[in-house]
Amino acid sequence: MNIILALMLGFLFGFILQKIGASNPQKIIDMLRLKDFHLMKTILFAIGLSNLLLFTLLLLGIIDVSHLSIKSSYIGVIIGGGIMGLGWAISGFCPGTGLVALGEGRKDALSFVLGGTIGALLLTLVYQKIKDTVLFFNLGGKMTLAVTNVKGSSALFPAISGMFVAGGIGILFIIIAFMLPDKK
Amino acid sequence: MKNLIKQQQWSWFISGIVLGLIFIIAVVLVKPIGVSTQFVIFDGVVWNSVEELVIEDIGAKSGYSSFNAYINKSGGKYAKSIANPLNYSFVFAFAMILGGFTASKLATKKIEKDEQSLPRVWKDRFGKSSKKRYLASFLGGILVLFGARLAGGCTSGHMMSGMMQTSVSGYLFTLGTFVVAIPIARILYKGGRR
Repeated sequence: MNIILALMLGFLFGFILQKIGASNPQKIIDMLRLKDFHLMKTILFAIGLSNLLLFTLLLLGIIDVSHLSIKSSYIGVIIGGGIMGLGWAISGFCPGTGLVALGEGRKDALSFVLGGTIGALLLTLVYQKIKDTVLFFNLGGKMTLAVTNVKGSSALFPAISGMFVAGGIGILFIIIAFMLPDKK
Repeated sequence: MKNLIKQQQWSWFISGIVLGLIFIIAVVLVKPIGVSTQFVIFDGVVWNSVEELVIEDIGAKSGYSSFNAYINKSGGKYAKSIANPLNYSFVFAFAMILGGFTASKLATKKIEKDEQSLPRVWKDRFGKSSKKRYLASFLGGILVLFGARLAGGCTSGHMMSGMMQTSVSGYLFTLGTFVVAIPIARILYKGGRR
């Protein structure tokens, strides 16, 4: 059952990433150069919408809270993000969109994915040496802005309803998505 | 609907709705979407085929352990996936490749052959040599996956799934990513046409 879901959802996700233009490195690079906001509008709108939907569904009890997964915050999240940002700007691919572009038959995506297996291997090999350094210095653990009631996770605004915080952020993101220019 | 399948690219509005929905559907049915871990699992499966990287271990939380500290972390979670490659997340990543293939095949207007490996913005700046572009994407791939694994996630896991759940780590990751990516892209591809 899980494998069938994986096939369906992965297929859909790959299909969607291709159709929204995210697997096209030209679109990614133009977004990062701040020349084409099409993808940025898409991403902001998607996050805003999913904020609203997710917390509504949680409130209604439709989503099982055990399905959520909050990642830890530590220094390496920012540094790693920066290193990924460098590679993202150079190549125009991120891990997911690289796979989708590989499916499209892009040869530059093939070299990206091969590079990716090397990058992941490097981290696997050096982890032992860096795991006790400042890179893994804890910045609040599995913290969220809105209350989620996920086990082991704390909220930055524990006194305010999660729906209110997440809804506010969601609406803000959607407003920004609409305000950014859509140069075609 | 037919039109949406054949269109080369959706408008930002449709794109945003559909992208938001797939992240929600994934979390309703299974768990948040994430991709970068699967590069580690792939490496691990290859590694495990030449040397015993993971072993069954009843003492471990997942039932598997490894001599490699990274593969062994979080109770051998990665070790378990490597021992059983036919798991949800790994199959998901492979299905994404199929999804990309199908979407591009169904589009009525195809991307030009040349554009398939050389983005225009790249050609404007670095010329027609595809070898240079392959080398750059290879280096980019190393940096992207090293960075994503150090951060514990990528655009899907941290940025989209993370910010969807209002996770602080998602915001930190996104900050780190764009603070570097925007100036680098602007400098690297300076003067290119749009």
